[in-house]
Amino acid sequence: MILYLLRRLFLLAFVFIALSILAFSLGYLFPGNTLQNFTGMTDISAEMATQLTAEYRLDSGYIQQYIAYLQRIFSGDWGLSFASKQPLLQEIKILLPATLELAAYALLVSFFVGIPLGIIAAIKPEGIVSRIISALAIAGYSIPIFWWALLLIMLFSIGLGWLPTAGRISVLYEIPHVTGFMLADILLANSQHQTEALLNALRHTLLPTIVLATFPTTVMIRFTRDSMLDVWEQSYIKTARAKGLNRAQVLYRHALRNALLPVIRQIGLQFSTLITLAMITEVIFSWPGIGRWLIDSIYQRNYPAIQAGLLVISTLVISVNMLTEILHTLFNPLARKR
Amino acid sequence: MSLLMATVVSACQPQLPETVRSGLVYCSEGSPESFNPQLVTSGTTIDAISQQLYDRLLDIDPQSGELKPLLATHWQVNDSGTVYEFTLRPDVQFHQTEYFSPSRAFNSDDVVFTFNRIMDKSHPFHYQGGGNYPFFQSVDWANLVERVIAVNSNTVRFELSRPDSSFLSNLATDFAAILSAEYGASVLAQGQPGRIDSHPVGTGPFRFKEYQKDVLIRYYRHKTYWRELAKPEQLVFDIVPNNARRMAKLFTHECDVVAFPRVAELGLISQRPDVDVQESTSMNVGFWAFNTAKPPFDNAKVRLALAMAINREAILQAVYFGYATAANSVLPPTSWAYNAELPQLPFDQTQAKALLAEAGYANGFSMDIWAMPVQRLYNPNALKMAEMMQADLAQIGVRATIVSYEWNSFRRKLSNNEHDSVLIGWSADNADPDNFFRPLLSCSAAQTGTNRANWCDANFDRLISQALLTSDQKQRRSYYMAAQQYLAEQMPLLSIAHSQRFQALNSDISGIDINPYGGISLATAVKDVK
Repeated sequence: MILYLLRRLFLLAFVFIALSILAFSLGYLFPGNTLQNFTGMTDISAEMATQLTAEYRLDSGYIQQYIAYLQRIFSGDWGLSFASKQPLLQEIKILLPATLELAAYALLVSFFVGIPLGIIAAIKPEGIVSRIISALAIAGYSIPIFWWALLLIMLFSIGLGWLPTAGRISVLYEIPHVTGFMLADILLANSQHQTEALLNALRHTLLPTIVLATFPTTVMIRFTRDSMLDVWEQSYIKTARAKGLNRAQVLYRHALRNALLPVIRQIGLQFSTLITLAMITEVIFSWPGIGRWLIDSIYQRNYPAIQAGLLVISTLVISVNMLTEILHTLFNPLARKR
Repeated sequence: MSLLMATVVSACQPQLPETVRSGLVYCSEGSPESFNPQLVTSGTTIDAISQQLYDRLLDIDPQSGELKPLLATHWQVNDSGTVYEFTLRPDVQFHQTEYFSPSRAFNSDDVVFTFNRIMDKSHPFHYQGGGNYPFFQSVDWANLVERVIAVNSNTVRFELSRPDSSFLSNLATDFAAILSAEYGASVLAQGQPGRIDSHPVGTGPFRFKEYQKDVLIRYYRHKTYWRELAKPEQLVFDIVPNNARRMAKLFTHECDVVAFPRVAELGLISQRPDVDVQESTSMNVGFWAFNTAKPPFDNAKVRLALAMAINREAILQAVYFGYATAANSVLPPTSWAYNAELPQLPFDQTQAKALLAEAGYANGFSMDIWAMPVQRLYNPNALKMAEMMQADLAQIGVRATIVSYEWNSFRRKLSNNEHDSVLIGWSADNADPDNFFRPLLSCSAAQTGTNRANWCDANFDRLISQALLTSDQKQRRSYYMAAQQYLAEQMPLLSIAHSQRFQALNSDISGIDINPYGGISLATAVKDVK
């Protein structure tokens, strides 16, 4: 098992090196001045340029430059953003939690809605309930997310006036930025009106969460259903039924555990799609996350920000992928032995 | 059961904190460039900062256009009109903020500090933020005001090099906000002089709390304000550049007030019972300025021909949707100096062609029309206007190309006079007619780069300077009449329309008026909580 973990970690390190080489080479591949792309400073005087070139090792070979780049990444000097002139790491620290928060809610919803629905659909595969669930899942799977989001805004925000259209909380609540996770920050803010602020934040979260959860939920439903149907055919289920256990007992003791294993693996595989969809959701709901920031940066040709954003997001996706794979192995005795 | 009931009821009518309940959200269309009104001209910035954070020495009555005392309680002028003495209001407090605690009330040192920053090159803050004071440069402030002297702690004397009848009006504009000398000394001692413009301290109804670029500006009520305290305890400027998104936020009541609703959507807004539209005729003009230093636009005949070829009536309908008055002069008809006898410029393409032939361009020529990329009150859609003009000009053989850049580079390139012609406009800062002439068309404005026609004409400059030397309104009017007549003949710019200003707000908000002279004030806004 330890050997397995080491192998995984080694793979992770290798992937990270590949990613950082890509991010590093972007400094050269992007148009414009390489020094500007790396530092994020736009007007560099001649003497500053010499000093910075020395500091960034741009006068030596690519290998030395890359090592200097890695050192900067690990010491937290990620350069400045062209647009705001602020340190990029600082900006990302503020923005990333917002994206993670949204993605986490969406994943939670997809678990608590998708898995039960998948099980229900699998119990009587030819029944009307199962057919309805499958049809909904197909519809949810194929609906373009931006259109779905606009439909929900038209109905619940502009039409009925129930829910807000943008942001994480009403701008009138002043919540100091501590962790970057809105709900945690509200609890930490120690104001007398926590309940109102929490309710307000939840109202803001509802629509983006529904929109972002739609795709993973449908994936969850389909996978749970298929894997349940698969497991249901196995001989040990028949044995359990023959021994006199009722449907619910068999489902809980034997079928579910085995059926959910491939589902765990799916989370990792779907995570990159989830992050891409989160970017679209953030743009539509003006959610101040890293996805919206990255898209704005692309519009503004903010090369240092694109470079840093790509590195952060791809590292995140790879890490989550690894993590679910490790979890999958932990829960699966067969894989553990291999 | 009763507990459950209580929860349900309290959920319906939550006891919101005061800052949220009486807080006002104003959705604006852009981020401010600075928090110091001296440094800017853009209406977006002035709306967001000037009347909320600062006071001026004088105020303009929005109804009558007359001057009213504000931080100066009264003032005297000597007989030759060159020395103004202001008595200052006692017990006016500056903002107490997280970064500054004032130890004294407002006095004459603050006034001297404020105005010396603009004109004294050795002032420690003069070059802070670039050393450009666009409004003051356009009215030739540095040459006009020789000295600002603190006579005693509550008297200030301005000594002018020549009489200027627009001087008091200029002091009442949103740009002439009073800064704190004590705060200036404090940021200087901290070695962070830039904070004077980014972390503002003024005497206005609100104090600064935080600013997140492109996200929001947060103000709180100034608790020791010398006038009636601001009604909203908190004021947030939610920055939403997208028009459609701003409308959506108005309909969901995430915004209480929305700046510049699109004229095309006014019909839609008025159908909703929960949203009101306010309207006022504003002192502004949208125009088409020719770069008169570049041939062939240095020829008045060419300019007249181009002006005559434009169907302005169609533009009024298609671009302003009828919510504007056709302009016949650069001055709006509501100004006391408006020349009503000015002949109407005809829309006559045959005559335009003849004029072009007379000027030696019988076969026409090619030119650029620069269309500003942003929506402004005086020109809600410059691109569409440019397209219509392109079609009109093609009729007289002039091939026009439409040019547009991102707003900041657009203005920079304009100031360098790289354009052939440009669609832009002007909103007045005060009620004085001079505000339409000198900042737009004088030689000094051509030097500072706010004269979009790049026009420097000795005759015209003489007329508008003479109008300033006297304070007799009849005499001034005759000069301005002549100046308008002269403009109609020379046509350095074609005035297109005087637009109405609109503002959409939730129907439970009251107490906000549109000020025809410059920025909005939100201190009197009341939110009627149901």
